[in-house]
Amino acid sequence: MSQALLDLLREKFGAQILETSSQFGDETAVVAPSAWRAVALFLRDDPACRMTMMVDLCGSDYLGRTPRFEVVLHLYSLEKGHRLRLKARVGDAEGEAVEVDSLVSVWPGANWFEREAFDMFGIVFAGHPDLRRILLYPEFEGHPLRKDYPADRVQPLVPFREGYEKQPPFDRFEGMSFGRNALPKGTVE
Amino acid sequence: MEPLYSELDEGELELPSQPMTLNVGPAHPAMHGTVRCVLELSGETILKADVQIGYLHRGFEKMCERGTWSQVFPYVDRCNYVSPMLNNVGFALAVEKMLGVTVPERCQYYRVALGELARIADHLTCNGAMAMELGAFTPFLWFMKAREMIYDIMEEETGARITHSFGRVGGMAKPPTPAFAEMVRSAVPHVLAILAEGEGLLLRNRIFIDRLQGVGVIKPEDAVALGWTGPCLRSTGVPYDVRKAHPYLVYDRFDFDVPVGSAGDNWDRFMVRLEEIRQSARILEQCLAQMPKDGPINVEDPRIILPPKDEVYSTIEGTIQHFKIVMEGIQVPAGEVYSYTEGGNGELGFYLVSDGSGTPYRVRIRPPCFAVTGALQQLIEGLMVPDIVPTFGSLNMIGGECDR
Repeated sequence: MSQALLDLLREKFGAQILETSSQFGDETAVVAPSAWRAVALFLRDDPACRMTMMVDLCGSDYLGRTPRFEVVLHLYSLEKGHRLRLKARVGDAEGEAVEVDSLVSVWPGANWFEREAFDMFGIVFAGHPDLRRILLYPEFEGHPLRKDYPADRVQPLVPFREGYEKQPPFDRFEGMSFGRNALPKGTVE
Repeated sequence: MEPLYSELDEGELELPSQPMTLNVGPAHPAMHGTVRCVLELSGETILKADVQIGYLHRGFEKMCERGTWSQVFPYVDRCNYVSPMLNNVGFALAVEKMLGVTVPERCQYYRVALGELARIADHLTCNGAMAMELGAFTPFLWFMKAREMIYDIMEEETGARITHSFGRVGGMAKPPTPAFAEMVRSAVPHVLAILAEGEGLLLRNRIFIDRLQGVGVIKPEDAVALGWTGPCLRSTGVPYDVRKAHPYLVYDRFDFDVPVGSAGDNWDRFMVRLEEIRQSARILEQCLAQMPKDGPINVEDPRIILPPKDEVYSTIEGTIQHFKIVMEGIQVPAGEVYSYTEGGNGELGFYLVSDGSGTPYRVRIRPPCFAVTGALQQLIEGLMVPDIVPTFGSLNMIGGECDR
């Protein structure tokens, strides 16, 4: 990882870079949530950065702090061989208004990672093409990796799914309707 | 003779058709993990796919926040359960990075040796299972036979075939057994011989080649943007291997190559894994030759390493030291770290946050096959239904690691 990157970011974005630090050999930059996507795009495209690989994106809950959540992004440049950790702090103490821009348009690999952060922490990624739960089921209540989610909490039983509604990403008029008589005879969509 | 339907015009003969939705999985005999694919088909062509994971989610990260740092080891074993030793070492290195300790040289070599054995087992399983799903059962059984030789060594060393829980912060649970080097030296040639036999069955088989070559193709720049690492990324021609790019342990002392593919298809992924087994064998050979015969295996730090049992029972210092580590856990300095190693499927990262206590505040594992499986949807769209099987097989999605 490299200190030069942090200097470059500070120079380019100024006050939008809230904090930079270096610990255990890892460089970290805390970015204002409003600049999240712009910083990511800059890091990907700038010839001095070339962070082409999005290594990891995850959430982290610091209960009692405001903003409460951190979105942690790890980037790597295959060409330059440097790494950077980028963070955005979002959300109020009640765990509401947890929203940050989606990076799927910057690195397509962010898709599932953002869905996981949404699933586990309830972080909403604005502009994500398909933000739904990924590891848990749709009826799950709460977000389990939040610190105020007790580890021994029992989830309610999921009732038997009635009807034949299609699951996302297929909307109602896509794919075959289940059952032979679901559509009136002769209807072609 | 007049045609039967002379009064009908051509257009009416066309049957009304609409795409069909087909559900594959989560428990399908041709899928080697619990994953569900919801497909929209036109005939046998996949128009749209939705890959759904999470069937093996056990709340790994939540569980880790409940115990001490050392109690994470059994959990990481169960992440990638095909090469658990690599996970053990990866997690140990991450915590050691925070503690600022380096394990003795003998332990570093030992970790490399066990890790490379695990990597061989991982690739054998992946390639064998992939061949089996395409109908080639014999190579699968042969590869399993070879894997069993490695598991025998693991069992001899650690006491368990698969879930070793053998890593420790600051060392390993036990020093290598006296016969370790001898066992590896005698097993590896057998493994390579079985591998060559299996290759002989598969690599010139027309059906096998046709089902792999040119199927599931991905471009290098797409693979990088998707966060692919490991054999899957290298099959596209990007020579990124953590062991070469950012050597950890003693990997910089070994002479080995990073095999790369060129097309980024299933065939290249299969071949990259085969070649990596040979490279791992090369590393093992050099590792065993360089490994010190004796010396400490654990760091000399009573705050990190449990004292020997006879001291625990006979001295007050030993008892207290044991009590502190077991009850309070190793005190890891506050802060956060990202440590990465080359796992069986690619870059295995650990993002750890410590609040300075004996319990992790946050343990995030960066699962390499999560990123890889995330791209399955775009790989199979436009292909035929039977192409899912080799494509999914070559990605080597490990349920425990992907779903955690």
